[in-house]
Amino acid sequence: MTITSPTTQGRPAAGAAGAGKTVALFSTCANDVMFPQAPMATTQLLERLGCRVVFPKKQTCCGQPLVNTGYYDETVPIVRNFAETFAEYDYVVAPSGSCVGAVRHQHQMLADHAGDAGLRRVVDGVVARTYDISEFLIDVLGVEDVGAYFPHVVTYHPTCHSMRVAHVGDRPMRLLQAVRGITIRDLPDADRCCGFGGTFSLKNPDVSVAMAADKARNVASTGAEYLVAGDNLCLLNISGVLRRQHSGILPIHIAEVLASTEEAS
Amino acid sequence: MSKATQVPVRRAGHTDLESTRRTPAPPAGDLIDSPRFPVQAKVELGNPVQRKNLHHAMTTIRAKRTKVAAELDNWEDLRLAGEAIKNRTLRHLDQYLVQLEESLTAAGTTVHWARDAQEANAIIVGLVNEALGDAEGDAREVVKVKSMATQEIDMNEALEEAGIAAWETDLAELIVQLGHDRPSHILVPAIHRNRSEVREIFLEEMGRYGRPAPEGLDTEPANLAGAARLHLREKFLRAKVAISGANFAVAETGTLVVVESEGNGRMCLTLAETLISVVGIEKVLPTVEDLEVFLQLLPRSSTGERMNPYTSLWTGPTAGDGPQTMHVVLIDNGRTKVLSDPKGREALRCIRCSACINVCPVYEKVGGHAYGSVYPGPIGSVLTPQLRGVTSPVDASLPYASTLCGACFDVCPVRIPLPDLLVHMRHKVVEGKKAKAEADGLKGLLHPHAEPAIMKATAQVLSSPKLWAAATAAGSLGGKALKGRVAKFGPLPWPLSKWTNARDVPIPPTESFRAWYARTHHEDGSLK
Repeated sequence: MTITSPTTQGRPAAGAAGAGKTVALFSTCANDVMFPQAPMATTQLLERLGCRVVFPKKQTCCGQPLVNTGYYDETVPIVRNFAETFAEYDYVVAPSGSCVGAVRHQHQMLADHAGDAGLRRVVDGVVARTYDISEFLIDVLGVEDVGAYFPHVVTYHPTCHSMRVAHVGDRPMRLLQAVRGITIRDLPDADRCCGFGGTFSLKNPDVSVAMAADKARNVASTGAEYLVAGDNLCLLNISGVLRRQHSGILPIHIAEVLASTEEAS
Repeated sequence: MSKATQVPVRRAGHTDLESTRRTPAPPAGDLIDSPRFPVQAKVELGNPVQRKNLHHAMTTIRAKRTKVAAELDNWEDLRLAGEAIKNRTLRHLDQYLVQLEESLTAAGTTVHWARDAQEANAIIVGLVNEALGDAEGDAREVVKVKSMATQEIDMNEALEEAGIAAWETDLAELIVQLGHDRPSHILVPAIHRNRSEVREIFLEEMGRYGRPAPEGLDTEPANLAGAARLHLREKFLRAKVAISGANFAVAETGTLVVVESEGNGRMCLTLAETLISVVGIEKVLPTVEDLEVFLQLLPRSSTGERMNPYTSLWTGPTAGDGPQTMHVVLIDNGRTKVLSDPKGREALRCIRCSACINVCPVYEKVGGHAYGSVYPGPIGSVLTPQLRGVTSPVDASLPYASTLCGACFDVCPVRIPLPDLLVHMRHKVVEGKKAKAEADGLKGLLHPHAEPAIMKATAQVLSSPKLWAAATAAGSLGGKALKGRVAKFGPLPWPLSKWTNARDVPIPPTESFRAWYARTHHEDGSLK
């Protein structure tokens, strides 16, 4: 399936769907340091839709790299910091299905592991108000067409944790399909893992590379210019192989696609 | 003592044709002494034929499962029912096991209890010897239906040591046995072999252990199966004792159930005079009605069939028909230890369907031999370290043999939260490492205890907003220093080589997100 959206002018802009809403942006630690374009795009996109975007400076990380390696005790203070940092906000939004999945699926378990009922109460509240950008746009703001323009051929990799932990479903694809000028090519074996797996890529480097090579081959077979995903570390893994192979296919976070406009291009 | 005699006869390896073995010798060594997963995985990755075989087979079986699971509009309800029935059974396992023993006994089956592999094998050897009486030579043999429980206790080798030949009758198990090999999958044990390899094994080995393969045997699957059929037929007709496992054991009636595809099970279950069934204690189901759920879940999840070709149910001996003596050996072998962990016990719901293995992208790359475990894939990575403990190097590495992609949970017919259990087992491995580091004192600061120290330091940075802000600034400084000098990172020295051997890495940006935000926004979110 290839979808090409019409480049028609004058479609109604998403307008001020976010008017009156204050969003606390959780940039995620990896994006903060390594991929600032994704949270920048998220900020600009949400502001374009009328939201006020604040960045609570106390934020660090969701703790996933540690808990998924088996370090529970060490992760508890990270969970506490996350919960305290974001407790006062109605909407916590992150450009990462994986980090949102970790908050949603692991923070309560870790509060229980710490035996801290008070922390568990705070965590319960924050978890219920934490969204991946695709969920916030569709479920809270009620927009699918965010007024984006991206005249390129792309393929979309649904990252494992966005699908199977955060359960973002088809939201990212619906958002992409509404982008003007975009051509979306089906990615073969899209639902297969790219082999990143956090510390898996260091503990099992050979298997990780074998899996990444499969994914890169499938991406290259689409003939896309851009590989789009909602998680930058999966993109780093796949595009690392694509770059080594001089494929010319560029990784891009879905928030950057959605933030692109005709004026900006 | 010479080196050769230090190796036990049972592990002599197939080059030692002068040994007194009755059956083909499997590879030397015990599974628990296998190398760590990443080490053996690298070896397996280097086998292109196996990779091709696995990719082809796994892709086919996954597509079949997806199709037949989607046919039922109540599939998710069946999964929930399967989970609920197993949970209830495990919660009251003590009562159901006593009830099972009573029902089996009432039906004329003798029940034996075994705490571990050693006890189980001693019981089985005793029962086989009793059944064989003063039989000698070739007659000291048993035929087997494929059974994971007997694999787990290494029963074939225990029988071999007692001078009894145990013949595998499942086609794939036969290929593995004749190939001096180990199974690489719980459902399709010879999945790592293609038909040319099977033909070679049959031509080379069948004649040594019974009827030779027909001359001029080609690689046609039907002809290969035909050769196995002829080879096995004489064993079926000759053997006085058969050994089976059981997919389910019904407490209410004392009924055992074997689900299979080839009819070899039916032959074993009906032709022998004595039938010994080796059953893990978690196989019990309360009632016959519960089979309604599991006989839908199991074939669709495992072979991707609506119903498997042969489902055998039997309730004790029937006068004048089939085996007249029946024994059941109920084995614990670590299961009560698993049951004592409220989280880990979820793995005991497993019905050995292999859906999680078939969908696992890690398994597909390396196959079952990389796991050093009778149970490979996601279920093996959570079950084996619970059954055996996490003290051996391979057992401590298994919970990390996953990207936590979650595909396994989605297909599990009894909804075992495999990714959560993998993380749970990682936590247990870490607790073990920390305890060892503490016991080792200062030595613990050095490799191999480096990881807890690194993780502790990382956690200190990530739980301190100040330290983390400083780290982000340092990252940008690095980016600034590199800007214009390097476009990207290519191959880097160890340990970064683990990442960069096959991947390029972009240089860090010159400005972190938080720096950009502070430059462009006020704290209240308004633009500067």
